[in-house]
Amino acid sequence: MKSRTVIWTLAVVLAVLHQDFWYWDDRSLWFGFIPVGLGYHMLYSLATAALWAAAVVWAWPSEVEEEVDAYLKAHPEGGEA
Amino acid sequence: MISVAIIAAYLALLLGLGVMSQRLNKGTSEDFFVASHSIGPILLLMSIFGTTMTAFAMVGSTAEAFESGVGVYGKMASWSGLVHSAVFFLVGIKLWGIGRRYGYVTQIQYFRDRFESGAFGYLLFPVLVGLVIPYLLVGLLGAGTVVRQVTTGAFPGLFPATNGGVPHWVSAAVISGVVLTYVFIGGLRAAAWANTFQTIVFMAIGCVTFYLISQRLGGAAEAIKMADPVKLAREGLVEPSQFLSYALIPLSVGMFPHLFQHWLTAKSAKTFRLTVIAHPIFIMIVWTPCILIGLWATGAVMDTPTGLHRIVPEGANPNAVLGMMVNKLTGDAMGGFLTAGILAAIMSSLDSQFMCLGTMFTNDVVVHFCGEKRFTDRQKIFMARAFIVAIVVITYLLSLAEPRSVFALGIWCFTGFAALFPLVFAAVYWKRATRAAAFATVIVTAATWFWLFRASNYGLDRDVLIFGMMPVAVILAASAVTMIVVSLITAPPSRETLDKFFPPRLADASN
Repeated sequence: MKSRTVIWTLAVVLAVLHQDFWYWDDRSLWFGFIPVGLGYHMLYSLATAALWAAAVVWAWPSEVEEEVDAYLKAHPEGGEA
Repeated sequence: MISVAIIAAYLALLLGLGVMSQRLNKGTSEDFFVASHSIGPILLLMSIFGTTMTAFAMVGSTAEAFESGVGVYGKMASWSGLVHSAVFFLVGIKLWGIGRRYGYVTQIQYFRDRFESGAFGYLLFPVLVGLVIPYLLVGLLGAGTVVRQVTTGAFPGLFPATNGGVPHWVSAAVISGVVLTYVFIGGLRAAAWANTFQTIVFMAIGCVTFYLISQRLGGAAEAIKMADPVKLAREGLVEPSQFLSYALIPLSVGMFPHLFQHWLTAKSAKTFRLTVIAHPIFIMIVWTPCILIGLWATGAVMDTPTGLHRIVPEGANPNAVLGMMVNKLTGDAMGGFLTAGILAAIMSSLDSQFMCLGTMFTNDVVVHFCGEKRFTDRQKIFMARAFIVAIVVITYLLSLAEPRSVFALGIWCFTGFAALFPLVFAAVYWKRATRAAAFATVIVTAATWFWLFRASNYGLDRDVLIFGMMPVAVILAASAVTMIVVSLITAPPSRETLDKFFPPRLADASN
């Protein structure tokens, strides 16, 4: 499977995991001071950062940069707007 | 009084930063507006994050946690970590490529060419300005409320009506003046430097605030025991459908004018890598302490000569919660530093917004209407500044009206930008998206947004839900359906436009 497909599949999985109905009425605390509904979503933020780090490493759209380089080589005068 | 002196010293420091950045300014309108494409990855991260985290993140998140409980992190912060970076990845990098190829500075320049219509800019410009004004308003409302709370008792003779606290009309005017001054001195470069500096300040001070307040309450474990237990879960405070619909609001980053400008003008696509990764973590660092302070405020008490009293009385203005906690639980000097940190977050949003409005007005309205050679560089910069001042005066006057919830007003602002997301997504990815559809999408979005915003009594009524979902779900659906249907029934873009914006891939061309 292509790395981009894996990354976007994981993004969809994370989107589904956001709806944590299993903690909806849970008032317990993690480490004695973090409400579980907050702690879960803090971990979620870290998982999100890990996903985007993986995306940058394995699924970066380098073709966009290559296309720009090729265009600027063919049009050294630069932008036209 | 010490707190007032510290706040004043911080504002003076910012003005000094503006003067320093002016030394690097080449004096051209290009340097003023785009800083010669010289912003690297760290400046870009700080600038984007600092601009996105406004009073909404600090004052608003504390207020919303105080009112609606722990669910506020899931509503905005964790969704933003996922969706913001996805939009940077999907849309931002594509726009960077387009900006590098064709030299665009503003989103309107791009949309005009992509949708083959100069008139389209005249439609989109007032809509974008109309949506930026609530963003600015959130900053001024938040700053005014915090400064008033923290300076309570400082000037009893001068401001008796506010118990000696600096009133909103003074603090909002001073803050607007400081931001205008350093932006006018140094342009976008000054805004980027000030953003970086202020983002570091507000993240560091935010952590210190959290520590100090928790210590005064006996530690975080003791503080959370004082919180209203109802606010520690989402049950009864937010419905699952409403919680889910918040996912759409962070799409707003796809249409924010200041972010669009960063995408179009960044030095290299690689400068976005750090932003894509660090953005969710930075959001967590800022939102978590604010939300916990808001939760503690729902029940925290302090010992006074007359017995135990709630630190934040029931029925208090939620926007004032952070200021009250800082004022009552930290010393005068520390209160000054903490307020400077909060103001840093607010001003780091205002500066980029001001710059962006000036750039759009000059490039997209005046120069487009009168011609590129009609004005000198000096005249262009003057016009940008004049327009910025006019918008700031309008926003300032609006901020004197009946106060709104910073969180609710921020949500309405983001809702409008999010509902325009189909416009940029279709422009970048869908060859079939047409000029007529672009016009129709903007008109339908603006009309639907305004209709629902008016129905909410301009943000005063917090309970406007449609089928249990936030209004963004309906407005975004109307926008997307309009884009698709009108595109399919109108003539496609010209071959020339398609070749320009959808060139054959290098791999395809070489085969």
